[in-house]
Amino acid sequence: MPNPSPAARTAYDAIVIGGGLVGAAIGYGLQRQGLATLLLDEGDIAHRASRGNFGLIWVQSKGLGNPHYQRWTRGSAEEWPALADDLHTRTGIDPRRHQPGGVTFCLGEEEFAARGEYMARMQAEAGNFGFEYRMIRAAEARDMLPGIGPEVTGVSWTPYDGHASPLHLLRALHTGFTGLGGTYLPNAGVTESTAAPGDFSVSAAGQRFTAPRVVLAAGLGNAALAPRFGLEAPVVPERGQILVTERTQNLLPMPTVSLRQTAEGSLMIGDSKEDAGLDTVTQSPEIMKTMARRAVRCFPWIAELNIVRAWSALRVMAPDGLPIYDQSERFPGAFTANCHSGVTLAGTHANRLAPMIAAGALVPEMSLFSARRFDVRTAA
Amino acid sequence: MTDLAIIGAGPAGLAAAIEAASLGLSVTVIDEQPAPGGQIFRNVERASSDPALAGEYGSDGAALVRRFRAAIQAGGIDYRASTTLWHLDTVGGVLSLRGESGTGSLVAQRVLLATGAQERPVPIPGWTLPNVLTAGAAQILLKQAGAVPRGRTVLAGQGPLLWLLADQLAKAGATPALLLETTPRGALRQALPAGLAGAGFWRGRAMLAKGATLMAASRRAGMRVISHVTGLRAEGEGRLQRITWDGGGSTEADTLLLHEGVIPSTHVSRALGLPHQWDETQLCWRPEVDAWGATPNPLLAVAGDGAGIGGWQAATATGALAALDAACRLGRLPEHARDSRAVPHRHLLRRMLALRPFLDRLYAPAPGVLAPADDDTIVCRCEEVTAGQVRAAAALGATGPNQAKAYLRTGMGPCQGRMCGTTVAAVIAQARGIPIAEAGALRPRAPFKPITVGELADLPAG
Amino acid sequence: MFAQRPDPRPATVEVFVGDAALRVPEGSTAAAAVMLAGLPAIRETPVNGSPRLPYCMMGICFDCLAEIDGVANRQACMVTVRPGMRIAPQHGARAARMSA
Repeated sequence: MPNPSPAARTAYDAIVIGGGLVGAAIGYGLQRQGLATLLLDEGDIAHRASRGNFGLIWVQSKGLGNPHYQRWTRGSAEEWPALADDLHTRTGIDPRRHQPGGVTFCLGEEEFAARGEYMARMQAEAGNFGFEYRMIRAAEARDMLPGIGPEVTGVSWTPYDGHASPLHLLRALHTGFTGLGGTYLPNAGVTESTAAPGDFSVSAAGQRFTAPRVVLAAGLGNAALAPRFGLEAPVVPERGQILVTERTQNLLPMPTVSLRQTAEGSLMIGDSKEDAGLDTVTQSPEIMKTMARRAVRCFPWIAELNIVRAWSALRVMAPDGLPIYDQSERFPGAFTANCHSGVTLAGTHANRLAPMIAAGALVPEMSLFSARRFDVRTAA
Repeated sequence: MTDLAIIGAGPAGLAAAIEAASLGLSVTVIDEQPAPGGQIFRNVERASSDPALAGEYGSDGAALVRRFRAAIQAGGIDYRASTTLWHLDTVGGVLSLRGESGTGSLVAQRVLLATGAQERPVPIPGWTLPNVLTAGAAQILLKQAGAVPRGRTVLAGQGPLLWLLADQLAKAGATPALLLETTPRGALRQALPAGLAGAGFWRGRAMLAKGATLMAASRRAGMRVISHVTGLRAEGEGRLQRITWDGGGSTEADTLLLHEGVIPSTHVSRALGLPHQWDETQLCWRPEVDAWGATPNPLLAVAGDGAGIGGWQAATATGALAALDAACRLGRLPEHARDSRAVPHRHLLRRMLALRPFLDRLYAPAPGVLAPADDDTIVCRCEEVTAGQVRAAAALGATGPNQAKAYLRTGMGPCQGRMCGTTVAAVIAQARGIPIAEAGALRPRAPFKPITVGELADLPAG
Repeated sequence: MFAQRPDPRPATVEVFVGDAALRVPEGSTAAAAVMLAGLPAIRETPVNGSPRLPYCMMGICFDCLAEIDGVANRQACMVTVRPGMRIAPQHGARAARMSA
């Protein structure tokens, strides 16, 4: 296969900029809707949040104060089984979805009380939509999860949570997308673009491509791309670190917010947050230590496991931590999707957002996710 | 706080420590092994009198380690054996260590990576079978345990180490039955100009003579040699039983020892984010360093084979040069003194590198060693991923080893890509018709070596 | 399979490979002891259960992972023998002890 491999065609029904979990899920959804789609990606080394995704399909902490985000996330968890089956059938690649519910650990009485209040507020905000959860004391939680440490006072549990393999998901989306006839082009950072209503051009990998629809799903790259299409994407990086142990025979029956077991058997320890600019090379032993310490307090038996690798990646964060989905008023046909939690939201991205984009407009409820929410705040 | 932390107690690290201590620097030497010497002079304090290891190992190696021990006695060197570096903060100069007595940290003004070389992976079909080892592994078994392979031993590949090992095994009473030499027909003719240039043959005549002696001795001891071998395969049920090669060649074997030269160990220098370049002659990655071994990072230098393959004597020279530069940077040695003290080391270095261009060309690995042609050949030993799977990932859109890792887990196992990284890049490069350098390299991260969750949780306050 | 040469390197340290006692020279590693004991495999991989023996003997390949003195997944080529050391093959993925 020669490189750069020139794409056979240059006119598409849709161009998706960004081949990570967000772009690939949308691209897959568009191609499945019958739109000839071009998926542009960067090369081997880029700020790839997808490669650093922790792999949770996580609902229980999402959207306090923003019930539309809770609904969107829960919707994605509901779409996941269908998406996973569809991908598995089409590609033979199993995204390793497992949604047995999930727990958040509380260490000490104070954390347990605070968590209880948090969950009660989530339920109150959900209103008629409903929000099922339980605060479970340590004695009962011990039956659900083996080897819980003595400092654990309890857990919060919801039935919606689960996990999947981010790497299998990404490969399945890429494979499914190309299998449906989509064009995936790596090493194709965008160099130039033009925008007119329903008429866009994008130059990448030495070629110029055109389409009536363009979707910006370039993660942190969206911040610079969006204004060219009459959009805003005020996203900034938030670094997260992940520790991975060797494979172990012990089985964790369900994921927790900061610790999960992969289908291969490794334990992943995550949930760190830091502001470190665009640095993904440096790792701080202090943060690694904090993560390891909390993990050992939750599950003392993991202390003897070897950490074989660790990495950091950059989450894509809007100022309020919520996703931004938007459509350009000036250039109809241009859309943007910005979020962390690319695994959790893959279900809605492929099965709900992509059909809206294919139809030409986001449904009115999506306006709550518009970047215009930040202008209002500035004005106020 | 130490002036100079040296990672690795092989020839480069030892020479650097001796030189730096003699200049009054406080030196800390961190080494994974329980005794100084590196891989080449491994266990030399115990094994130097083994007649099978007479020669450079028994004499020069033992002498170098004696000088290091004497320098420790004289003061100024803190030698930490059986200690691994698992993290390095290159801004603050903080080294995170793990030793037999637990974890700890150390602050250094300057850090010299002297982490040496590893053998180039030789991904042939069946190379994961029990009793297929590297030639270096057999040599290490001889050095550390006096052990030799039992039964019918076959060497395969090319390079000076194979002949040295054949000779050592012969002296140890375990002459290999057969050497399957992979150097292609015509390689010698093509390499000759590199040997003639700069009087390389003349300046490297002692090395050439030594090589010729080794070759003659092993043949005399009864080792058969088959030249220009291609298409090597190791076969057997649950263990090595047979080796085959192109043209219908086949032989029974109990042990197969593979060797296609050595390449710099770049795991740590990569993890630290140092810039590397693809060496088109040696066909490997090397960190970018200046004439003193200094990297673009103000804290870090690299010396010895870890900065480019030159052999142990060249490593002692680059180690000493890096030590002189460290002293100069720390204000203990004026620049003119550094430069004048460097003269003999530079002279040695030139002499030791004189034959290198010829050897590099003569023993350049075949394309099939870099990127195995057979789709079923395992390239990632840890995750058991084949060349065919990597080719499929390249077709799907992986343009380098990092995306291949995301698709296939190549490089996610315990070795963290030390074995498969370059092979995966070479397979992708071949599949996409691009140079290996363009396919790129893995970006490993700390911990450089495994550390337990408990050790991490119990780290002393930083 | 490897053999000893007792003349230049006397075997003085007794270790256990599996259940068998074996004497090896001082300075040997656990991986060397496994090679000398003639074990068919030092581990089976957690991926496909393939048998492996040490490959590089210098800490690079991680194919010599073994259970040493009850600690799983240790790089046997990096562990120097001590009298009474117990070296056992690593069968696939390790287990963590939950008794704590």
